[in-house]
Amino acid sequence: MAWPVLSVVTFLPILGALLVLVMARGNGPIAKGTARWIALWTTTITFAVSLVLVRGFDPSSPEFQFTEKHDWLGVASYHMGVDGISLPFIILTTALMPICILASWTSVQRRVKEYMIAFLVLEALMIGTFAALDLVLFYLFFEGGLIPMFLIIGIWGGPRRVYASFKFFLYTFAGSVLMLLAIMAMYWQAGTTDIPTLLRHGFPAGLQYWAWLAFFASFAVKMPMWPVHTWLPDAHVEAPTAGSVILAAILLKMGGYGFLRFSLPMFPIASDYFAPLVWTMSVIAIVYTSLVALMQEDIKKLIAYSSVAHMGYVTMGIFAANQQGVAGAVFQMISHGVVSGALFLCVGVIYDRMHTREIAFYGGLAHRMPVFAFVFMVFTMANVGLPGTSGFVGEFLTLIGTFKANIPVATLATLGVILSAAYALWLFRKVTFGTLKPAVQGIRDTGLREAVIFAPLVVLAILFGVAPKPVLDMSSASIAHMLDGYSKAVKTAKEEGTKPAAAKAAALETSVTPVSATR
Amino acid sequence: MNTITSINALQPIFPEIVLAVGAMALLMLSVFAGERSARFVNTLCILLLIGIGALIVWLPAGRATLFGGSFVIDDFARFLKLLTLAGSAGTLILSLDYLTKEKLQKAEYGVLVLLATLGMMVLISANDLIALYLGLELMSLPLYVIAASNRDNARSTEAGLKYFVLGALSSGMLLYGASLIYGFTGTVNFAGIAKVAQGGANLGLIFGIVFLFAGFCFKISAVPFHMWTPDVYEGAPTPVTAFFAAAPKVAGIAIFVRATIVAFPGVTHSWQQIVVFVAIASMALGAFAAIGQKNIKRLMAYSSIGHMGFALVGLAAGTAEGVQGVLVYMAIYVGMTLGTFACILAMRRDGVAVESISDLAGLSRTKPAMAFMFAMLLFSLAGVPPLAGFFGKFYVFLAAVNAGLFTLAVLGVLSSVVGAFYYLAIVKVMYFDQPAPAFQRMPALVGLMLAVFGTLNIVFFLYPSPLVGAATAAAKSLF
Repeated sequence: MAWPVLSVVTFLPILGALLVLVMARGNGPIAKGTARWIALWTTTITFAVSLVLVRGFDPSSPEFQFTEKHDWLGVASYHMGVDGISLPFIILTTALMPICILASWTSVQRRVKEYMIAFLVLEALMIGTFAALDLVLFYLFFEGGLIPMFLIIGIWGGPRRVYASFKFFLYTFAGSVLMLLAIMAMYWQAGTTDIPTLLRHGFPAGLQYWAWLAFFASFAVKMPMWPVHTWLPDAHVEAPTAGSVILAAILLKMGGYGFLRFSLPMFPIASDYFAPLVWTMSVIAIVYTSLVALMQEDIKKLIAYSSVAHMGYVTMGIFAANQQGVAGAVFQMISHGVVSGALFLCVGVIYDRMHTREIAFYGGLAHRMPVFAFVFMVFTMANVGLPGTSGFVGEFLTLIGTFKANIPVATLATLGVILSAAYALWLFRKVTFGTLKPAVQGIRDTGLREAVIFAPLVVLAILFGVAPKPVLDMSSASIAHMLDGYSKAVKTAKEEGTKPAAAKAAALETSVTPVSATR
Repeated sequence: MNTITSINALQPIFPEIVLAVGAMALLMLSVFAGERSARFVNTLCILLLIGIGALIVWLPAGRATLFGGSFVIDDFARFLKLLTLAGSAGTLILSLDYLTKEKLQKAEYGVLVLLATLGMMVLISANDLIALYLGLELMSLPLYVIAASNRDNARSTEAGLKYFVLGALSSGMLLYGASLIYGFTGTVNFAGIAKVAQGGANLGLIFGIVFLFAGFCFKISAVPFHMWTPDVYEGAPTPVTAFFAAAPKVAGIAIFVRATIVAFPGVTHSWQQIVVFVAIASMALGAFAAIGQKNIKRLMAYSSIGHMGFALVGLAAGTAEGVQGVLVYMAIYVGMTLGTFACILAMRRDGVAVESISDLAGLSRTKPAMAFMFAMLLFSLAGVPPLAGFFGKFYVFLAAVNAGLFTLAVLGVLSSVVGAFYYLAIVKVMYFDQPAPAFQRMPALVGLMLAVFGTLNIVFFLYPSPLVGAATAAAKSLF
């Protein structure tokens, strides 16, 4: 590749942020307009450039593509690249950003310039997270995203924004610092933080268990998995609409991406060992948070809990560690990114008009807002996992994958499908059907800007449901390659450990002793 | 033994000589020129410090010893001396306008800073216990005086007195430790001590090390010898606080590292546990005690206690990587401290300096640029990537993990999470709260310092190799 596409995609938003900083002077309406337009153009151009990645990407190869490597720290290097697992997430990010900017067009009136800068910086950090091929670089992007998100929730959020932003920051930060230590231990063991090298390295079992747990601490919080999910409903409820969209659609996916990129291929023995733990937590997440969602009175909170439940399918599918499960998990993450993002946008539409998210406040919106009701229905169905929508493919594949790995887990998880139908349909009925409540008499239907926002998402939610192949094809080679290595490693470990229990105990013991330098 | 036959033989110590002579000359100048010249003399002090820095860079590299091995100049010393000079010069630049406004502008201030800096440079180059004590006292005595430099203010004089009494006590402990070490090894030279202590430590030597460390911990305000810090930080005039937070910490850490690494490599196991304990205690106390603070200077005191704990994590590893981590950490710490204190010095409303955290309310609305830089510095102090502070923590913990100090590393990173809470609380006040009346216009020099260190803090990740490379070379020179 003649020019570094990936770096361009990653750092274009930063350039846009600087432009906003320089061009949008003052606090007048002109400055606000300038900030909005620059942000919109930047995100759109970034999306266009990211399509170059799709065009040039060879889905049949499991190797990293568009790689760039430069010296950086002595320890780590600036190494970027994408494969079939990371590319879908990058496209999801770049595609959703213009939509987020449009969604904030009129609803954000305070400190527009800072808002746009925060979003653009956040976009750069999110893309970087998925494109980084060096652990330290990954950590930098992964954690750096906390700063803009903290400010977005805290400045533009709702009444309890301070509590929510602190909870968000400290939960995630606490999870991640342990991962940092694991990264360091891996560095001393393997002598590098280069991800492609580490993927081939084969860590000793003892280190794997500890490093797996440390990574798990970070990704489980980010995902979020039960029982460390409690920051998410708070953050979602308080965040501005676009913040919720980014949170649900992309930030949560960093956890799943992390499992796929690090936990599974780098620590296969530990992943195999801890899979029952993950399954248990996933099933609890699916069933328990679905039940919690049933009891919610706030629309955003309900969708937030439904997100936790859906992420349960993802973790379950990932640790089923077979082609269907993992492919389903990737697909579910992309689909959930579109669907939950869109659901939060739907909430944003009625919140902008009525300034409340209380479910009981609304009723009979279908009479006054037919277009909105239709859009909301499509995404509700996709959220439920109705065949023909994108939600179905992901849930179906993860469940198939899990049935292959563990039948009781999959059976229990299937309960979640019913429960998700219960709460989603209940919400939809309460909000759109029934008699029109007097309080919402004067509500307007979606305008042109909102239609522009929803149109691509509706198309995607249905298109992915009817023709999921392009997305599945993009990642299948990389997943197959990863799982191949995974099963080989697990098989070797099982053959070696004639007395597995004893071996595991010994491994845990040895890992406590210092990891010697191998540089 | 190298006898001094010509002036050229003294070449390695030229910077110290020039600084001593310069400080004397400036003192004379100020006496003859009177009070009105104070600002001019203080400006000359800054230029002298910068000149000394240039001299250090210009003098030939390599290792040299003087005075029968009691004074050593190597890459380690050069790195830390430059850092100390930057800290001293930076805080003097920050203080010029403040002192004028508070009618505290006195020429003695600059001269005392010069003399303290001279002490630090001797301390950094000290290669035996005598030179160590000489440098330490030369550094400390001016510090006691400038802590009380606001003579008419009860809190400032209290700070000076408190600092002096506790400082004298800690000097006594250090001296007692040094004498025990001499008694049980028969030499004051670091390398000599290392040779004697090679086989392991006897009880007397361990006692000596404990007392010596107590003295060091006092100087860098590490737990459990930190009690003076919050009061002195709060009571002293703000530029003096900035000075305390930057340069003496560098010198203190420098001698801590050199003494432990050069003199006691044979008894690593004995001193390592002390350093591990001190590091954990400092990090934890710094994190938890800062939460309740309302005064920003007091908060910075606890923050600096915590930061010394993090720096000691690198020393606890006792390896070249660890020392490299300490050096990177201290360099970044000085930069962050200067930037943060530039913000604190800019907190001035209606001609009065304010220092409570609630005075920062809504700063992002009234002074967006300052608020942004301050917020980034606070995130950096908390250790959030991609800001500079993260890299400091990264290198020290990298070394600790390699040395197998997992408990230390885990407790350290967890206390950094607790620490993040109170830094975030300041960001919250600046960004989420309703604005308080705006601060006055920032003096140009303070604004310049904030711009320089604020920007360095943010863009450090783009090109970290010069600092990291210099730290690596400096760390190697000790082993």
